[in-house]
Amino acid sequence: MKLLRAALALGIVCGSAGGLAAQSARPIVVASKPFGESYVLAEMFAQLLEARGLTVERRRGLGATEIAFRALRTGAIDVYPEYTGTGLLAVLGEPSRPGQSAGAVFDYVGREFLRRYDVRWLPPLGFENTYAIAVRRATADSLSLRTLSDLARVSSRLRAGFTPDFIGRPDGLPGLTSAYGIRPRDVRSLLPAVKYQALAEGAVDVVDGYSTDGLIRRYNLVVLQDDKAFFPPYEAAALARNAAIRDDPRVAAVLTELSGRLDVERMRALNERVEVAGETIESVARSALSDLGLINVSARGDTAARPARAGSLFDYMSERRAQIGRMALRHLILVALSLLLAIVFAVPLGLALERLPRQAEGVIRGVGLLQTIPSIALLAFMLPALGIGIVPALVALFLYSLYPIVRNTYSGVRNADPAAVAAATALGMTERQVLRHVRLPLAAPVIMAGIRTAGVIAVGTATLAAFIGAGGLGDPIVAGLALSDTRMILSGALPAALLALIVDGVLALAERAATPAR
Amino acid sequence: MTSPHAALAAHAVTKRYGDIPVLDQVSVTVPRGACVAIVGESGSGKTTLLRMFNKLVVPNEGTVEVDGKDVATVEGVALRRAIGYVPQDGGLLPHWRVQRNVELVPWLRGDNARTSRAREALTLAGLDPDRFGQRLPSELSGGQRQRVAIARALAAGPDIVLMDEPFGALDAITRSELQEMYADLRTRLGVTTLLVTHDLREARKLADRVVVMRAGRIEQDAPLRQLVSQPATPYVAELIRRALDDDGRSQ
Repeated sequence: MKLLRAALALGIVCGSAGGLAAQSARPIVVASKPFGESYVLAEMFAQLLEARGLTVERRRGLGATEIAFRALRTGAIDVYPEYTGTGLLAVLGEPSRPGQSAGAVFDYVGREFLRRYDVRWLPPLGFENTYAIAVRRATADSLSLRTLSDLARVSSRLRAGFTPDFIGRPDGLPGLTSAYGIRPRDVRSLLPAVKYQALAEGAVDVVDGYSTDGLIRRYNLVVLQDDKAFFPPYEAAALARNAAIRDDPRVAAVLTELSGRLDVERMRALNERVEVAGETIESVARSALSDLGLINVSARGDTAARPARAGSLFDYMSERRAQIGRMALRHLILVALSLLLAIVFAVPLGLALERLPRQAEGVIRGVGLLQTIPSIALLAFMLPALGIGIVPALVALFLYSLYPIVRNTYSGVRNADPAAVAAATALGMTERQVLRHVRLPLAAPVIMAGIRTAGVIAVGTATLAAFIGAGGLGDPIVAGLALSDTRMILSGALPAALLALIVDGVLALAERAATPAR
Repeated sequence: MTSPHAALAAHAVTKRYGDIPVLDQVSVTVPRGACVAIVGESGSGKTTLLRMFNKLVVPNEGTVEVDGKDVATVEGVALRRAIGYVPQDGGLLPHWRVQRNVELVPWLRGDNARTSRAREALTLAGLDPDRFGQRLPSELSGGQRQRVAIARALAAGPDIVLMDEPFGALDAITRSELQEMYADLRTRLGVTTLLVTHDLREARKLADRVVVMRAGRIEQDAPLRQLVSQPATPYVAELIRRALDDDGRSQ
């Protein structure tokens, strides 16, 4: 009974905060992948579309190519910046043919994407951003490294730190291995945020970067020449859903205004402002569009390059407290809804398993296996069916919450005071009555402990929802990781930690309330 | 021995778990209003035999009768609601107050007078319902908990009570008090009692007849006097000798 009451109370909390799934007339959804340049380009797309009178919704930092492109195909987003080489190798799965011209690749992907996916490559923006395999200057000098062929010669002595994306993609490490014979002694999977620092500090010897990275110059790195022309041309362009363009042709017209306007130098400078100087994406994008004469920026003063990374963390967070509060609320709603769903499903399942002890361990182990699926993989897996946004995030969190609740419900009712269970049976309670009046109330504190565990884990896991555009406190964490901005990361991570403590505390109270007096 | 009106009767019952026999061709009867004690070591099969009478254990062979009816034809839950039961550790529901614990069987039977029945039963068991009714089992002493367990067994007014080592976990003085209380109660109420115990002295205090069991068989079934004067087997003789020796020393 008390357990039911606790669950109901939780339900009321969730219900009153719900209603976020409802969405009105559809704006143009502009997305980015989780790295600096993609953020800047997407923000430029968004601001330009807004300046031309279109309504825009931003979905920043979507997982990686896999998630962003699937989101585009399924109509969850309408446009995001992509690179032709990535489209050729990672999406179409074509082999790299050394020496292909940029124009040939663009024509090919343009034709194939339209035919296979009804997705349109808008004319290129004007620069290429190829993979740049970089080493410290000292390494390059001492081993006389200039080209990737040079690297292959010594690769077995070097440790690599590559982004997860690069390690798996055919145009990444596997391709490099077959084209050049590059086989590093050790390959570590590093996020962009820590990659360069790991290289600078000597934790690894070689990293993958982008040729337009602001950080390559900052860390004084040497980019090795692709002497066998292994990497295809990576021309940047807006990749748009053809249906969105059919609905509103202005989308293509407006974004084409950017075509051919961004050269490598300009893009690198913009990236540096974001990644090194720490200016906000919004202000960098706005001043870039203004410099190109595409928008008029009224003298609002905020275009001035504010040294955004000065000032304390406290000031940074207190400036953004309204936004952080909104993200925290959304985070909490995600956790509460998924937890409630998990309770509604897992508690009855645990009770049912008590009656089927032979199947129980197998079923519980199966549920436990869900726990071992990496969350990004789970999110990517669900994308075709559930799209992006809050629904797949809820489903993922729900799946991750099942195990501790099922496990505790099952062992709680199974191990409930054997003497009380035996006596209740011997005095004529039916099995159902024993479950309802003896096992369940005695197991309530154990069940609540499982719910509590699930709740705290969900607060942490929910930060990953940012990869599929579900919002919450993961947003600043993902963006901060992409931009190497510690304060931004902390502005999501600290409230998330606090939220975990609060959820734990509240559920601890519920646990105590559910404990029968003894 | 076998009477058509025996309250409890087991006829040549055998129980095996896998290939291991726990009870081997055992027959016992308890006449209406009598108290029979089954005495034996742990593993002798005495609890298994007891649990056949409320159908918690079903024999592989033989028949079990309650009030002259074969329990195989009776629904288990209804049977258990009609028979009182006192386990060793009380088995009170720890999350229910004393009053509710005692109301359990009347409540299961849909008895509207369960409150007054529980109060009567508590009084019979020597506990003031006003003082103890609202306490939780954890707020009682061991002896008080066993009194509640006895009250719970009697609350629905059963004709038959099964007791499994009911006083085994108590200290000597409390045990003796409760034994005397129950001896008095069962004769006053005329309740048929089957008592499982490993303690011959408890059997002497409470039972009209003693069944000595060993390794799933009955060694002897007789009034205590007869066990003492004519032990049927060396095992019974040894059992009596030790119990009397202990008695001699403690008195």
